[in-house]
Amino acid sequence: MTLPRIGTPTILGFAIAALILASVPWLVPAYVSFELTFAGAYAIAILGLIILTGYNGQISLGHGAFMAIGGYTVAIAGQAWGLAPELSILLSALLCGLFGALVGIVALRLAGAYLALATYSLAVAVAPVLKRFKDLTGGAQGLTLTPLHVPAPFAALGSERYLYYETWFLAAVLFAASWFALQGRLGRALRALRDNEIAAISFGINASYYKSLAFAWSAALAGIAGSLIALATAYVSPDGYSLVLSLTLLIGAVLGGLSSLWGALAGGLVVEFLPIWAGTLNPAASSLIYGIALIVVMIVVPAGIVGAIQRAVFTITRPRTEGTSRRS
Amino acid sequence: MDVVNFAQGEMAMFTTFIAWQLLSMGWPMWLAFPATIVIAFVGAVLLERIVIRPVERASQLTIVIVTLGLSITINGLAGWFWGYQLKSLDSPFPSTPIHVGDISFSSQDLGIIVFSLAVLLAIYFFFAKTKLGLAMRAAAIYPAESRVLGVRVSWMLALGWGLASVVGAISGIMVAPIVFLDPNMMQGILVYAFAAAVLGGLESPLGAVVGGLSLGVVLNLLGNYVEAIGTDLRLPVAFGIIVAVLVVKPDGIFGRARVTRV
Amino acid sequence: MRMNRRIWMTALVPVAALGMVAGSLSQAKSDAVPGVTSTEIVLGGTHPYSGPASAYGIIGKGIAAYFQYINDQGGVNGRKITYKDLDDGYSPPQALQLTKQLVESDHVFAMFNSLGTPVNTALRPYLNDQKVPQLFVATGATKWGADASKYPWTIGWQPDYQAEAVVFGKDIIKNNPNAKIGVLYQNDDFGTDYIAGLQKGLGAKAGQIIKTASYEVTDPDVRSQIATLKGSGADTILIAATPKFATQALAAIGGLSWKVTTYLTDVSSQQTVMHAATAAGGAAATNGVISAGYTLDPTNTSQANLPGMKLYREIAAKYAPSSDASNASLLYGMGVAYTMVDILKAAGKDITREKVMAAAEHISEKNPFLYSGVDVTTSPSDRFPIREEYLMKYDNGLWNPAGTVIDARR
Repeated sequence: MTLPRIGTPTILGFAIAALILASVPWLVPAYVSFELTFAGAYAIAILGLIILTGYNGQISLGHGAFMAIGGYTVAIAGQAWGLAPELSILLSALLCGLFGALVGIVALRLAGAYLALATYSLAVAVAPVLKRFKDLTGGAQGLTLTPLHVPAPFAALGSERYLYYETWFLAAVLFAASWFALQGRLGRALRALRDNEIAAISFGINASYYKSLAFAWSAALAGIAGSLIALATAYVSPDGYSLVLSLTLLIGAVLGGLSSLWGALAGGLVVEFLPIWAGTLNPAASSLIYGIALIVVMIVVPAGIVGAIQRAVFTITRPRTEGTSRRS
Repeated sequence: MDVVNFAQGEMAMFTTFIAWQLLSMGWPMWLAFPATIVIAFVGAVLLERIVIRPVERASQLTIVIVTLGLSITINGLAGWFWGYQLKSLDSPFPSTPIHVGDISFSSQDLGIIVFSLAVLLAIYFFFAKTKLGLAMRAAAIYPAESRVLGVRVSWMLALGWGLASVVGAISGIMVAPIVFLDPNMMQGILVYAFAAAVLGGLESPLGAVVGGLSLGVVLNLLGNYVEAIGTDLRLPVAFGIIVAVLVVKPDGIFGRARVTRV
Repeated sequence: MRMNRRIWMTALVPVAALGMVAGSLSQAKSDAVPGVTSTEIVLGGTHPYSGPASAYGIIGKGIAAYFQYINDQGGVNGRKITYKDLDDGYSPPQALQLTKQLVESDHVFAMFNSLGTPVNTALRPYLNDQKVPQLFVATGATKWGADASKYPWTIGWQPDYQAEAVVFGKDIIKNNPNAKIGVLYQNDDFGTDYIAGLQKGLGAKAGQIIKTASYEVTDPDVRSQIATLKGSGADTILIAATPKFATQALAAIGGLSWKVTTYLTDVSSQQTVMHAATAAGGAAATNGVISAGYTLDPTNTSQANLPGMKLYREIAAKYAPSSDASNASLLYGMGVAYTMVDILKAAGKDITREKVMAAAEHISEKNPFLYSGVDVTTSPSDRFPIREEYLMKYDNGLWNPAGTVIDARR
């Protein structure tokens, strides 16, 4: 297998981002690091959604359900079995990946609005199911997590910064892993299935395999994100996993830009800070401001933030052609 | 549009509030309700021209997010104008129940069923038997070819929104006396509308009605008679059933299989 | 050249994206006592102004109105009160982030009346850890008063749901010892707390709850649940539902011509509910309904001349003119703000967080916005500020007190 070529630009971009993100906690107040931790977790979930919806063309209105599984796994595993958070996160990823694959298999026959409804059902089912099995999940009262224990070598960081680094480290690793995986055959297969499934199948691409894989991977990412948020909040309850969460992820993916994995970074930051900004401007009108902001952004940059940046940069730096383009 | 329009429910709620406003300003019902319907139509067409038109050519998902933003904005606007305290809307139907043997039906419920069927028939006739209806259908499925034939595709879309808004306003007015009016009124209902539409097959209005009815019946039977499910799990179970149906019939019960060019 | 372009592209994205964060930074203030200057006390809070619980956002407006009224009279011990109230959308993670922002960036003196059991459960460990007062939370869960030893910086205000249900349970046994009871409840902490309280109040007879039916806040209506409860043969029903669903429930009971003794949670006893239910379901839907109360009701015309109601109208008209003064939640906001001002006064000019908590443990207050006879009292061993309620019965458009004030926790 030939290793994919990594261009200098991508490494540079990655390095700059990593540098900025690594230094931020030392430059901003602790609560901003806290908020950025959430942004990072959302970015991970949105990364999965960009792969599923942007690269593979499958819409999902239900990824909040995987975040719920992730969150509750960490809560229950930590409480009941004393499992270390990092191991719980791994467990969440596995469980969600499995469940995601199952959903993906069911979704194989569906597309467009029909797929949207099927995934919508997931989102709608989360809260009632969580409340029903209250012996396991604490029901409507939720579960409080034991406070995060920072491992000895990192004790000086404090729990907020530690979680920040853990989140963004995971985000970077998952981003890189996804990026690599998408460079070769996998990426081409996913995109081919998105653009024209029948043609892709006729070329010998195994639709069932790739489509379920995309679902599984995006579900696992959402599960990891849910676990991180649960660790940050130290509390899980059914109210935290409403339909709004699934829609928020979708908003983040589209606003960030479905055409590039970098959209996850933009999307994560937007869904974290846009509501806060709207609420600080005027709490009573926060949904008004948020809704209008969404509409305006989508009208101005229909391809998402990253899409717009790509286009802007292209316009600025495109090679100028000799002569005029006027034709008679 | 190939996915879901999130603004539908909120527009229905908003127009119902307008009806309430007119009634509370003293307008008689026979004036207020038709006025509301006209406002609903005009408002929706304007909305489509101003908000949706700029992104008409963009990807489906972009349009979905715009409708999401629209639904959030309209909800916020309704809360801003009318607050969140619930309001009563007078029902156009009489409140005396109708008795058939041992069972009593509320005139409201019967009225809703009758009216819905009437609306369904009207829509069917419009789309199937009128030139304008044909033009709208053509614009939705074959936009490029319709343009060549002189159909103003963009305006057909606006018309579609107007029509949908009218149906939404009618449904809001009919249902508000039962569930009572507040900005979040339609959000619970949208779930069922979405499910019904998809279950029935997106191209079939008859399918939507059949889907809606069967969904409602199944939900209530499940919740009442199956102890293990109870009232709290009936929605997830019902949706599970829908997904199962869709797996068997991916285009809905009445939908026709999609034929696409490769 | 193409290389350069792509460097631009990939590098600009993270930089541009991170630029959004800059707006939320603010300068750090360092005061001796956070949130207190010689002229100002800053309080923080979160309420749901958006999302499914947005009906309760108006509480924040009531609080703001009352604080402005007090400020115009010179404030508390010479200081004006500033209340920074943010929208948490009823989401615990969102509320926690905003609370951290309020505590660490805005340096609020105390958190006041954040709303919701899940929200406050998420905030409680952090605020207690940071020794920031979590005052008069807007939820009736029992834990705020019961967990005082573990979380000394947290205190509730309103009568807890369980206690109210205990009162109902005891009333049922008194009037109909062999009652067959059905319960309609909202499937969250509020509803489940009610059932727990009812079971406690019924004691040995808890088995007489023959059917419970729940609904989700996202459900459109509850007629189906009422039909189920009627079908179970219950002759008594407890409606543990928020106003919209309580209205639907009462209307459905009338519509089904169901003869049943109805107990209604105080949360939904406003006249807006009763009027709407009567209009939809007939007088039979609402006559004889039993509820409990502790605040005044702005839609109850027989209370119009009470001094507290007059004060309420005056403040609402002047400081919250765009809010709906018939909304009982607006009055609730003023009621809890009154208690807040009370303990700020009691803590004195030399105010600290510890002093405010001490004052919160020694309240003895007659609050004008509450029914006469319902007092606000606390002691170090009793952290339930309001424990008393009136039972009341609805008759042809009016709530009539049925008996004397009851201590719901006894």
